[in-house]
Amino acid sequence: MGRIGKKFEELRANKEKALIVYLTAGDPSLAATRELVLSLEKSGVNIVEIGVPFSDPTADGPVIQAASQRALKAGTTLRGVLELVAEIRRTSQIPILLFGYFNPIFAYGAEKFSQAAKDAGVDGILVVDLPPEEAGELRIFTDAAGIDFIALVAPTTGRDRLKTIVQDATGFLYYISITGVTGAAAPKVEDISREVGKIRKMTKLPIAVGFGISCADQARAIARIADGVVIGSAVVRRIDENRANSDCIQTVCAYVREIKEALS
Amino acid sequence: MKTLPDQNGHFDVFGGRYAAETLMPALLELEEAYAKTQKDKTFAEEFDRYRREYAGRPTPLYYAERMTRMLGGAKIYLKREDLNHTGSHKINNTLGQALLARRMGRKKVIAETGAGQHGVATATVAALFGMECKIFMGEEDIRRQAPNVFRMKILGAEVVPVKSGTATLKDAMNEAMRYWVSSVRDTFYIIGTTAGPHPYPMMVRNFQSVIGREVKKQTVKAEGRNPDVLVACVGGGSNAMGLFYPFRHEKKVEMFGVEAAGRGMNTNEHSASINGGKIGILHGNKTYLLQDENGQVRDAYSIAAGLDYPGVGPEHAYFAQSGRAAYVTVTDEEAIGAFLFLSRQEGIIPALESSHAIAHAMKIAPKMKKSQILVVCLSGRGDKDARTIMETLQG
Repeated sequence: MGRIGKKFEELRANKEKALIVYLTAGDPSLAATRELVLSLEKSGVNIVEIGVPFSDPTADGPVIQAASQRALKAGTTLRGVLELVAEIRRTSQIPILLFGYFNPIFAYGAEKFSQAAKDAGVDGILVVDLPPEEAGELRIFTDAAGIDFIALVAPTTGRDRLKTIVQDATGFLYYISITGVTGAAAPKVEDISREVGKIRKMTKLPIAVGFGISCADQARAIARIADGVVIGSAVVRRIDENRANSDCIQTVCAYVREIKEALS
Repeated sequence: MKTLPDQNGHFDVFGGRYAAETLMPALLELEEAYAKTQKDKTFAEEFDRYRREYAGRPTPLYYAERMTRMLGGAKIYLKREDLNHTGSHKINNTLGQALLARRMGRKKVIAETGAGQHGVATATVAALFGMECKIFMGEEDIRRQAPNVFRMKILGAEVVPVKSGTATLKDAMNEAMRYWVSSVRDTFYIIGTTAGPHPYPMMVRNFQSVIGREVKKQTVKAEGRNPDVLVACVGGGSNAMGLFYPFRHEKKVEMFGVEAAGRGMNTNEHSASINGGKIGILHGNKTYLLQDENGQVRDAYSIAAGLDYPGVGPEHAYFAQSGRAAYVTVTDEEAIGAFLFLSRQEGIIPALESSHAIAHAMKIAPKMKKSQILVVCLSGRGDKDARTIMETLQG
């Protein structure tokens, strides 16, 4: 079992829920992302999802689109993100998940990427545009490298499809709380509760819920249902709004602590 | 040649369904609904009736006598897709998809558009079938294709300006996909070209294949045989695939797909993804893609908004790799030359997209024998480009 699985076990034993935070790597710089990750860990974040910026993020809303553009303008590459992970690993054992689109990985080379990601200390990957139908070409290498391949379940995913997804899942299952892009509308707790219940019946893997969660109240409600809550756009927006301020990291961490408290 | 795509939408290594999970159930449902219509005689009859009585098919295959004489080589025929209702081949596909949407009970449709031809064709069928219609279009394209924007609005569609990226076709498609992710339960996405996730490349190809099927019949009638050479422009590649596909087993028929070289293949300002790109994944399929060494998609450029796209349909990628078709390039300047040539020699104002195909025909026809037959797909008419041309000429 990797760092992700162990983290969920540890949290489960303490009756805690996982707080997973998404950051776009390289926004505003890779050095800043590193500092943010280390500070977030101290603020109670259990798993970080590091976004690999892509030119055409079709599953992302305006906040993460803009962050990706800024990161790319700042010269962020997948190679640079892997170096960032290796840097973080020197001082931290926080589980790290890379989140992104397939083309940068494909251009890097699926096999080469998997080895490099493992060496850097990446624990899992979530590739938005690789549904089970197409995931094979990457998974032969990431599975071999012991990297968790985090599967997405959407509100539109039907029963039979869910079965297939669950069968092949590792690490945890990521339930997309809204029919939409990242950071869009506020999710409906009753709907999530029902859908997460369906997934529970099929798997023992932890279930995290993300897309559209932005405040402590939502996080609290969802933590009653799921094993983890993912906060993305809300954090990225705060980083952007406070980028010029010397207390940017403190502001972001204060927000994250507020969410963390809501989970306990 | 095998029958492609395979059941997962792959054309050898190309194609596929690289789509977000939220869309996967909709893509599978679409595939199933489409397969059902293929076995349904009433669908074929309905589709055929609309093509005939509404779109005006079959379109003529016109022997361009003056053009032939001036170039002094092969006998040149123009497949007059510009004479379709709405002014381009795009209606062949939007009629098919709208009929499918209607069978699936969808009352809302969305589409991306570059030149606005697909947007107009979608707005048209939405009006025809009483569907709510949103068209995503890049701001730069809204500027350079204003007449088509007016037409879409007149037809009752909402034109949604897209500001991201270079504000052209790629960005419009990104935004349409994002909107679709949010509205997938009740909205049908009418993709305009042989790209996107499976089943779109196959479905659009099949809807557009009427072009090639008619050409086959028409050349046999006019000349007693198949043409020797087919030429069509390729952005995403729907008019080209529509022309090529019915001839794929005819080994003697040579095919040329013409990509936009923009300001030249030695610059970064072109849209030639087969000639200047590498294999990658964008908009749901694996294909040739303009991209940098880190897998970031590069902005395409062409004077023709409908060719201004950094990818290409996966079946074209397959045809290129297997050698079934050759893919060549034509610059902005050559396309403008062809635009004026056809306007003044034949009295036909071609779309700037189609002018790329005309330009390549002008290069190869003089080297061919007078007994040979060359068919160019004149995919659309050029009224929409009048402003671009006048600005360029006054430059």
